[in-house]
Amino acid sequence: MERDKLVYMANQIAKFFESAPEGARSKGVADHINKFWEPRMRTQLFERFDAGRTSEMNPLVLEAMDAIRRPEAPQSSGAPNQGDPSLA
Amino acid sequence: MSLIQEIDYGTPVSKAEKTVTLTIDGCDVTVPEGTSLMRAAMEAGIQVPKLCATDMMDAFGSCRLCVVEVEGRNGTPASCTTPVAPGMKVSTQTERLKAIRKGVMELYISDHPLDCLTCAANGDCELQDMAGAVGLREVRYGYEGENHLGKAKDVSNPYFQFDPSKCIVCSRCVRACNEVQGTFALTVEGRGFDSIISAGTSFDNFFSSECVSCGACVQACPTATLEEKAVVEIGTPEHSVVTTCAYCGVGCSFKAEMRGEELVRMVPYKDGKANRGHSCVKGRFALGYATHKDRVLNPMIRDHHSQPWKEVSWEEALSFTAAKIKDIQAKYGRGSVGGISSSRCTNEEVFVVQKLVRAGFGNNNIDTCARVCHSPTGYGLNSTFGTSAGTQDFDSVEDTDVILVIGANPTDGHPVFASRMKKRLRGKPGQPGAKLIVIDPRRIDLVETPHVKADYHLPLKPGTNVAMLTALAHVIVTEGLVNESFVRERCEWDEFQEWAAFVAEERHSPEAVESVTGVPADLVRKAARLYATGGNGAIYYGLGVTEHSQGSTSVIAIANLAMATGNIGRKGVGVNPLRGQNNVQGSCDMGSFPHELPGYRHISVDAVRETFEDLWGVTLDKEPGLRIPNMFDAAVEGTFKGLYCQGEDILQSDPDTKHVSAGLAALELLIVHDLFLNETANYANVFLPGSTFLEKNGTFTNAERRINRVRKVMAPKNGYEDWQVTQMLAQAIGMDMNYAHPSEIMAEIAATTPSFANVSYELLDEKGSVQWPCNEAHPEGSPIMHVDEFMRGKGKFIMTEYVATDERTGPRFPLLLTTGRILSQYNVGAQTRRTGNVVWHDQDLLEIHPHDAEQRGVRDGDWVKLESRSGSTAIMAKVTDRVAPGVVYTTFHHPMTQVNVITTDFSDWATNCPEYKVTAVQISPSNGPTEWQEDYRELTMESRRIVPAEAAE
Ligand code: SF4
Ligand code: SF4
Ligand code: SF4
Ligand code: FES
Repeated sequence: MERDKLVYMANQIAKFFESAPEGARSKGVADHINKFWEPRMRTQLFERFDAGRTSEMNPLVLEAMDAIRRPEAPQSSGAPNQGDPSLA
Repeated sequence: MSLIQEIDYGTPVSKAEKTVTLTIDGCDVTVPEGTSLMRAAMEAGIQVPKLCATDMMDAFGSCRLCVVEVEGRNGTPASCTTPVAPGMKVSTQTERLKAIRKGVMELYISDHPLDCLTCAANGDCELQDMAGAVGLREVRYGYEGENHLGKAKDVSNPYFQFDPSKCIVCSRCVRACNEVQGTFALTVEGRGFDSIISAGTSFDNFFSSECVSCGACVQACPTATLEEKAVVEIGTPEHSVVTTCAYCGVGCSFKAEMRGEELVRMVPYKDGKANRGHSCVKGRFALGYATHKDRVLNPMIRDHHSQPWKEVSWEEALSFTAAKIKDIQAKYGRGSVGGISSSRCTNEEVFVVQKLVRAGFGNNNIDTCARVCHSPTGYGLNSTFGTSAGTQDFDSVEDTDVILVIGANPTDGHPVFASRMKKRLRGKPGQPGAKLIVIDPRRIDLVETPHVKADYHLPLKPGTNVAMLTALAHVIVTEGLVNESFVRERCEWDEFQEWAAFVAEERHSPEAVESVTGVPADLVRKAARLYATGGNGAIYYGLGVTEHSQGSTSVIAIANLAMATGNIGRKGVGVNPLRGQNNVQGSCDMGSFPHELPGYRHISVDAVRETFEDLWGVTLDKEPGLRIPNMFDAAVEGTFKGLYCQGEDILQSDPDTKHVSAGLAALELLIVHDLFLNETANYANVFLPGSTFLEKNGTFTNAERRINRVRKVMAPKNGYEDWQVTQMLAQAIGMDMNYAHPSEIMAEIAATTPSFANVSYELLDEKGSVQWPCNEAHPEGSPIMHVDEFMRGKGKFIMTEYVATDERTGPRFPLLLTTGRILSQYNVGAQTRRTGNVVWHDQDLLEIHPHDAEQRGVRDGDWVKLESRSGSTAIMAKVTDRVAPGVVYTTFHHPMTQVNVITTDFSDWATNCPEYKVTAVQISPSNGPTEWQEDYRELTMESRRIVPAEAAE
């Protein structure tokens, strides 16, 4: 079976913060994901979490879910941030 | 414009602080103790005739042309070998001296061909100059006697020739090779009149000898004996411009010596603070790609990558592209397009690309090829020290007592810095050489090279860096070698204590991890003691540290070691990432990461965004954008549709080729902006021709944070500098971007980025270069960082648990493949493969230990099939004990090798930097290229078809 790359990456992060001092662990995971994961990836993580597909997730990831920012409306709804192309 | 002539002081500068005053030809001169009379005279503007001395190396005193008289002393000492003394009275020109010099010159000239008029060095020959300087008017011996004329030339090196009949045996070349380059390829053979210069043994020529073609000997040669072939062909240059090499992160300064718009040669610039007058084969000679016939000079488009290319005008290419971008964003959303900036382009160009993406595309889908090499450096050093950069300048190595090299191969990857390192390792009279620890799976050249031998080589298994570094920390903590006063004063004490307790656990001891790393515990303990107690300890590391699933953890572990031993904040110590490409540092600094604006400030910070929003008149997205691997994922998923790729060959350089090509093939728009139709362009539908570093103005930032100027020496063959191309694209999508010169872009960078606040082209022209941070607190830049306190305040110790990579060997894939590079080629080789450098490396080879080879029936030179969980490729084997049993090694300079078909999509936990350095593989005999390679060759041929533009009516 293909490994679930997204969960795999979240677990990798959790592994690192497992050795962090008490109290900084799940916070470390959440901060890291908030800082570096773009909305699409966070959305996909929440999709798995919300659907209860969590058996492969490291407990620290589960603990961190509360503090991970849920992406606002997906980017595809935004209007392009540009004027009228003069050469187009 | 004229030719920049650098003063040759004859002997190196003395570093002594005490000064001495003396009189030379009646002038008072004050110089540092230990300065030669020759140099002191030159400081006073008096040029003593000389032949065997030059200031790149120590004096030798063989030609006796530089004699002087000293009041109260007998005889006529050589000024190059005589040090100054207080109150000395020196005369450089007397009747006696004149007679001696004429005699010396007469002897030289009687054995020298008199074909000055047709000699390549005519007008640029020190022998000629000296004959003039001493007033030589006749040669009494005649030219009939025994001589060395008519000897055969050695033209085996692609870039320079050796004409022994012109040699005066001054041995400058030999000393340059020994002292400056550190290769020891040349010797003086024979004695007295019979002595000649020889490369290697008497059966060798330059090509077959150990020579690495750095050019130091050519530079040092006072005659036309060693001469660039380009000068022989073209003639001597008439003007020159100082610029910066565009190959590696050393960032060497060169004089581009020109005749009109034709480049004659690149000569390393002595005032260049990174290279101090030295060079390597790439920067010095490998420039042929700039004018190679493969360069694409006209824009091209096609509707789909299966069609042939169509050459079009810039207007057409840009409007085609802009329409597609608009269309894609309307259909799939604002976040469906993005860009990748290049670590080969200038700071200004990279800044403009990220601006195009953030302000023009309206998202943060901007990443850089630094993702795949040094992103863990950014994360690791930022977390511990508070800034994403190396702590030292290159000069610092001169004050180092213990050099620790881990996961880097400086002699191949960073040759000029390696020469400086080797010089320090060899030491000199009165200053014993530095000690050396090498931690690398492979016996890299530095482990044993002439007059350098590593004190400890720890040949660890690929993928176990964290276990090794934590074991070193274990020894330092448990054996009481911590520099406690430094840690108490400079670091977070509580965190240190937690860290110390963690590393002290028995499971981190060298004995406990021996089975993981494969390195005897005793060796690890000795190395740790040496690093902690041997004086100034400096760590140099490269991609062998970062390109792992625990790359960021390793960088943190390195930072921990430096803090625990107090090796931070002064000369001779520090943590030094050796950067691969020329502008890796700069492209990271310039906000090329999707989560960071220029100056490493997170995109979610309102105040930072506002700075740019006010200036650019747009609202910026506060969410981080796609990183390169995410782009491919999203493309395969169908949410990412358009990519602007500047000067990078992601298809060849990124891991897991099949996944990358699937991603690229799924795009509706792929814009490749490059010099050549690279491998990525196979999937492109817009090609925008790029310009070389010789054709543009700008700046590069090297591995020491040094901002160096790049200066245009010829008009862009494609019509535009790269920043102009990006600007035209920005204009085409409706952005208001109108820079007239890169200096205006730098002004915008300085205005928005605190660590660059004082940087300007005026300052760079004045100082030559500066190292950031360069602002009010450090008006002229910062050679060394974290001097009184860390950028983040207190240094932060972070726990580094070793987690084995999931890329493990097993019965099917019992060997570990690791990858690297070699001296003569660069990255994916797009440039170097198009130069004379191919004579040194015409294909990638797989290094395999004799034991593993024998088991599989593989002999040296056999084709083998290299197979991993991701795919397979075929490559030629080289049997060598440089690699340990169980480990195989190759380079990735040639596209047909397709090594990245093999590498997996595992990546660093923090940054997604791919794990290039560990892949489990199996090897079996094979007849030749695999099917994939054959198919690929076909695809490449197909996709490169070009239909020229129809001629205008
Ligand atoms: S080759 Fe040039 S540098 Fe070397 S000994 Fe001869 S003249 Fe001197
Ligand atoms: S080119 Fe460099 S390595 Fe080769 S002989 Fe000359 S100094 Fe030595
Ligand atoms: S060491 Fe690097 S920067 Fe210097 S000349 Fe060689 S390739 Fe260029
Ligand atoms: S230059 Fe001093 S002896 Fe040759």
